[in-house]
Amino acid sequence: MSTVSNTGFVPARRLLFWSGIVALCAWVLVPIYLVALGALGGRSGAYQWPKNFLPTNVSLQPFLLFLKTEGVLQSFLNSLGAAGITVALSIALGAPAGYALARYNFRGKDSYRLLVLLTRAFPLAILALPLTVSYIRLGLYDTVLGVGLIHTVLALPFAALVTQGIFLGVPRELEEAAWVFGCTRIQAFFKVVAPLALPGLVATAVFAFVISWNEVFAASVLTVRHRTLTAYLLTVLSESPMHYRFAGGLMLILPSVVFIFAVRRYLFAIWGISSK
Amino acid sequence: MANIVIDNIKKSFGAFQALKEVSLTINDGEFVSLLGPSGCGKTTLLRIIAGLETATSGDIRIGDRSVISLPPKDRGLAMVFQNYAVFPHMTVYENVAFGLRMQKADDARVKKQVEKAAGLLHIEPYLDRYPNKLSGGQRQRVAVARALAVEPGVLLMDEPLSNLDALLRLEMRTELKTVLQAAGTTTIYVTHDQTEAMGLSDRIAVVHDGRIEQVGTPVEVYNHPATRFVGGFIGNPPMNFITMPVTGGKVAIGSQQFAVPATGGEIVFGLRGETVERAPNGQGLDMQVRVAEPMGSHLLLTGSILGQPARVILPATETVRNGETVGLTLDPKRLTWLSPESGASYPAAA
Repeated sequence: MSTVSNTGFVPARRLLFWSGIVALCAWVLVPIYLVALGALGGRSGAYQWPKNFLPTNVSLQPFLLFLKTEGVLQSFLNSLGAAGITVALSIALGAPAGYALARYNFRGKDSYRLLVLLTRAFPLAILALPLTVSYIRLGLYDTVLGVGLIHTVLALPFAALVTQGIFLGVPRELEEAAWVFGCTRIQAFFKVVAPLALPGLVATAVFAFVISWNEVFAASVLTVRHRTLTAYLLTVLSESPMHYRFAGGLMLILPSVVFIFAVRRYLFAIWGISSK
Repeated sequence: MANIVIDNIKKSFGAFQALKEVSLTINDGEFVSLLGPSGCGKTTLLRIIAGLETATSGDIRIGDRSVISLPPKDRGLAMVFQNYAVFPHMTVYENVAFGLRMQKADDARVKKQVEKAAGLLHIEPYLDRYPNKLSGGQRQRVAVARALAVEPGVLLMDEPLSNLDALLRLEMRTELKTVLQAAGTTTIYVTHDQTEAMGLSDRIAVVHDGRIEQVGTPVEVYNHPATRFVGGFIGNPPMNFITMPVTGGKVAIGSQQFAVPATGGEIVFGLRGETVERAPNGQGLDMQVRVAEPMGSHLLLTGSILGQPARVILPATETVRNGETVGLTLDPKRLTWLSPESGASYPAAA
């Protein structure tokens, strides 16, 4: 009897398992696929309804044409630049803060942590005008560096708090062992803590990258000619034909997907940190 | 190789005094255990010696050099941690080589030292593996090999066996003793396990409540505990303490008379459970046996002597029933006399 119910149960579970996987994949992939279809199917493809699920007369032509449109490539590079600055600065500043929060006890530690989060409670819209004025005075207005800096401000609180958790996950004894066996504090950090925290730091970097890549408000306010891709597309695409919009959408999606795909090994390894 | 002088070390965490003026001298090549219950301050003391914790006051000298203000790396010591602290991102070889690499030893010396340490601890087959592929016992060996590879002047061990299962612990204990004797390294070993401390140490320092209560060889500490705490902490079953009135410098226990180092009032005698013999019927000191447990190697009796709880051990050949009263003969040379007020013992009779 039990064998009968077993054989009935196992395929049902497997079916559930795989249908779950299919549903999750579809959830992510179908929109991307449709955007790609619109971007690569040309004018007719974008307006066609009902959609052909299989791509017909695919051509890179409209996509390339879109890339050649004035400003697109430049704004794409601007976005990469701003995201690069954001990633570099939020790791360079956030990781030490996270390390300090994880390893040291100091007066006001909890209030400091709260303060870090509170910076995110302040609406950016209120800051827009004073920020623009200061940026003009400082000569940062309409520069990639300026956008990168403001994106760093947005990403930094998360970077500090997330890295704190990551450093807490690296057992203190490992660091102490490194000290005893001849390391200075700094050497111990780079030889023992950093390699073990790397997956988490990479995840933090991805997070900072995505924050910067998707941010549109500050980038729109603080730039005129040196727009990031999101800011640029927001202003340009409303007047563009449909397949251009799809091409723009695809361009917004692809770098994040490629980036996350490239570092996926580290993202998965984040649960593999182990002292044992 | 070096001697260690712990000079009046004090440590407070806020209002809590973890260590109260601890002093101890450890000779070159000696194996000393810091033995005590959890929270007694023994690990704090070890961490202060290692430089992982700063003392509130006092001095530590290793090989006649004050190291109290030096960072851990400059103290010339190695340490084995309770959770092994084997680096998970390095192979066993690189783990063992870590200290040598930090000393910028050349590859030939690293190879020689790693192979020597690996050979001592039988971990040669795993040198290319990562620690997550090893069992707890194997990781423990890696941690010890890493410490021995640098040929430290001083080796510190923080409950290194406590995470192993009982059988493995016994095996590792024997092995540690062999390996450390061969290496001749001055060793401080922190443990709460009295059998480990008894089996491994040249001397034991019993730590209680931030103080060292007694320092001595395992046999001294066992036979002549300096305080009631030491007697109660060491030995299984623990020492029995029975309070008696003193009259004219003598105490009558059962049919035996003992001269005691007090003239009046009360005195406590400490009785090791296995030092008694069964007296002929109707003689000796009476013990009311509540439970008799034949353990195979011996017979464990739990009950009371003179109305005070006691545990004694008789040879396995004796038979005692629950509820029976048995007579016991005491060996005057193996009794410890303690003051009921201070809990300190009187010096052993010559």
